[in-house]
Amino acid sequence: MSSKTRISRRDFVKSASGLVIGFSLADSAIAPELIAAAQRGAVANPKAARLDAWLRVQPDGMVRVFTGKVDVGVGLGTAFAQIVAEELDLSPDRIVMVMGDTSVTTDQGGTSASSSIAQGARPLRNAAATARVLLMQLASHRLGTSMDELQVRNGIISVKGDPSKNVSYGDLAGSMDPDETLKVSGNAGGVNVEGLGKPKDPSTYSVVGQPLPRIDLPAKIFGRFQYINDVRVPGMVHGRVIRPASVGAKLVHVDEDLVKGMPGYVKTVVTNDFVGVVAENEWAAVRAAKALKVSWSAPMQAFPEQKDLYEFLRSATPKASRETLKRGDPIGALGNAAKKLEARYDFPFQSHSPMDPGCAVADVHTDGLTTVWSGGQKPHYLQKGYAELLGVPLEKVRVIWVEDAGSYGRPGYEDTGADAVLLSQAVGRPVRVQWMRAEMTAWGRKGPAASFDVVAGLDEKGGVTAVQFTSRAFSAAQIHFLPQTAGNYLASELIGMPITGGADEFIEWGNRAPAYAFENLQAVAHVVAGFHDDGPSSLGTTHMRDPNGPATTFAVESFMDELAAAVGIDPIQFRFKYMNDARARAVLTAAAEKASWDTRQSPRKSVGTQDVVTGRGIALGVRNGTYIGTIAEVEIDRRTGVVRVTRLVCAHDCGLIVNPKSLRGVIAGNLVQSMSRTLKEEVLFDRNNVTSIDWETYPVARWSDVPAQVDIVLLDHPEIAPSGAGEPSSRPTPAAIANAIFDATGVRLRQVPFTPVRVKTALSSA
Amino acid sequence: MVEREVPALVVQRTVFKEIGEANMSQTSLNVNGQAHSVDVDSDCPLLYVLRDDLGLNNPRFGCGLGQCGACTVLVDNVPMRSCQLPISFLTGKHIVTLEGLGTPEKPHPVQSAFIEEQAFQCGYCLNGWIMTAKALLDKNPNPSDKDLANAFDRLVCRCGSHIGILASVRRAAQEMKAGA
Repeated sequence: MSSKTRISRRDFVKSASGLVIGFSLADSAIAPELIAAAQRGAVANPKAARLDAWLRVQPDGMVRVFTGKVDVGVGLGTAFAQIVAEELDLSPDRIVMVMGDTSVTTDQGGTSASSSIAQGARPLRNAAATARVLLMQLASHRLGTSMDELQVRNGIISVKGDPSKNVSYGDLAGSMDPDETLKVSGNAGGVNVEGLGKPKDPSTYSVVGQPLPRIDLPAKIFGRFQYINDVRVPGMVHGRVIRPASVGAKLVHVDEDLVKGMPGYVKTVVTNDFVGVVAENEWAAVRAAKALKVSWSAPMQAFPEQKDLYEFLRSATPKASRETLKRGDPIGALGNAAKKLEARYDFPFQSHSPMDPGCAVADVHTDGLTTVWSGGQKPHYLQKGYAELLGVPLEKVRVIWVEDAGSYGRPGYEDTGADAVLLSQAVGRPVRVQWMRAEMTAWGRKGPAASFDVVAGLDEKGGVTAVQFTSRAFSAAQIHFLPQTAGNYLASELIGMPITGGADEFIEWGNRAPAYAFENLQAVAHVVAGFHDDGPSSLGTTHMRDPNGPATTFAVESFMDELAAAVGIDPIQFRFKYMNDARARAVLTAAAEKASWDTRQSPRKSVGTQDVVTGRGIALGVRNGTYIGTIAEVEIDRRTGVVRVTRLVCAHDCGLIVNPKSLRGVIAGNLVQSMSRTLKEEVLFDRNNVTSIDWETYPVARWSDVPAQVDIVLLDHPEIAPSGAGEPSSRPTPAAIANAIFDATGVRLRQVPFTPVRVKTALSSA
Repeated sequence: MVEREVPALVVQRTVFKEIGEANMSQTSLNVNGQAHSVDVDSDCPLLYVLRDDLGLNNPRFGCGLGQCGACTVLVDNVPMRSCQLPISFLTGKHIVTLEGLGTPEKPHPVQSAFIEEQAFQCGYCLNGWIMTAKALLDKNPNPSDKDLANAFDRLVCRCGSHIGILASVRRAAQEMKAGA
């Protein structure tokens, strides 16, 4: 940690945390001295089998922890510091996290799939446990006492009953064997190491499970934190990229006349359809990008009309289809049903739209030595992709992750880095590229649109005899979600490289939404080819927070509510009839208790003619072992169609809880963001372009939209390994809100987002 | 597929706002109590001068359109969008950025409250919230729900940290009243 950013914060956090632990980690979650270190020579990735690839004890008693996972603004650095501190019996304020620098951290597959705690923490835990054993061995030798006679408190090893005989971790640091080796298994996200030390029994934890304050927030709040946008390296110039005037348009002509005389102008870079300008300062780059006259070929009408999107999905011949779930004889059972219930649900393209449109700095030398500073979630994959883009060996490229605004998946930060790489290569200087808002919102990657048809058969007593579920969607990975090839980036597509697509992602009921215990069940998923998916497209899809989760759960959990209403049973009681999972039952029960759930059928009896009506709805989410029960309470103005969510209640079970305070923050963020996606968010487009270009044309929830009351109930299961919390609580919100609207009005909303126009139309046609 | 020889039909005009000729001139600025003189295009937005010329990084680029508030600074204690202020507008005005608000040794009550409440996820937008909250509470120590909405509806927090922000602002209001 640099002295410049070192600040003590004990005074400020005491009352917040209620803890005595002096948690003075006020610096950023990464070690700032690494940020400025450009690649001076080829550097291989560290060897995972070495203990010092994971952690190093320093003579000052601080422990530097190295991980290929990165903190995308959800508190992962704090959680990792707690996990390592726990195993070392050290105060967490002695931990410095170094994240996502390819030259000093192991490839852990980057941050992905809410798996950083579940999987990413394992090697850290094991390495820390091993370091503790080694330190105890050294202390035993130094103090002339058997290891059984020793105890550790906050990094001081002392003799039990005679604390004056002691030695600190820092004193022993120099004696640690740097070649201590660990057994490596798995790779990327699943990489693990094991050594001499065995991790603690979770029932003995004293640091893990505590609501420690986030290590990064004081530095951020005092304005001393370094985000990616603040990286400046000697000789750095500024780049901007000019995007095609329409999707599929080819470059016809670039006229530099107006920019050549501009103060600070450096160069215009043109490769096929990639057009960028470079200038000495940021404003000059913005001016030049504006002034450059770029002519493009005629629009090719790559997109359908927006109003025809879902009909397009339904009428298109799928590029691939798969039966993802089958039980019993659903076709036969449907044929014999006394009554059938059918419904269709539609979910739009959505945009990650992070607060920062995207920023990266690249320094490409003529000999191929390259450093890229990026906020992308997967720096080791970027290292591979950028090396391939440049045609240089992997070890010549160093990618240094520096925290950017929350990214919620793969928004386009990876593409910004590729822009910077191409521009730096062209001008022979370090280039910083800052995307403009329209670039991110229009050209950033999208979460896919999807359409669902569900049909159920009911017997005469109202029992569900069969359910058939069909999804038609664009793949959630038209652009491979791992940015590890040259063809993964918008810039590569513009220079004419073939796109690296991902395998078709089929929407799987079961993985994306709760699969109830229906006897006869069939789920079929169709993947539809994207628009202009062999070239740069502003509707190109890839992973967005909880890929396909909110959409699929919207369909399934809305339909469960429709079934409950059809048979006249309370929505929770109805779910219980088809559920044999105790943890799923528990989150629904806990949410219901907290919300004082009134057990009755929906819609409520009082549905009538009042101008303002209220209702409540529930939905269940299940994701890789994490369970979420969410209740939404809404207020609808029938005159305007405006839906206000007045309260959200969420019961959350992700197994063992590492940091309840931080977890609550992550869940609250997921709830508000997914509420925003439900009520407001839809990427707009015309025949040629995405027309959502800013916060006016891609509105998100603002202050007045957010409920004043959000209740989060944490169900802690220390006996169950943690299963992830970064995304799961985004999942049930759309259905919970739809179900609440139905409860209030008796009208079912089946297309996200529930804009006032859409709600009003639905109410008036009911 | 359209061939490259097809004549130009469209000239790129969408992403960057219209701007006039560069007009370099010397501008005097007072930022966080310090006098600065910068030689920049008179149309250059304050945001770029603060970040790139003065190294004050906390006014952040979010949209460049005045829609999100990540670039907020106080101009004579009024929260303004630095991405929308041409540098020529700032002569003789007092600018305060997050860097000038408080320090760990002497925090502003708004900063203390946001730390106590652990209000943010990524924190990229926090500059706008903290500066806006500071200006609001200076003027109005007892903001109603409507006052809060008026002050904060023009800010974006994409992570959805509003619940923590609300708790922080309420806490700051209490502390500022108690300390007054």
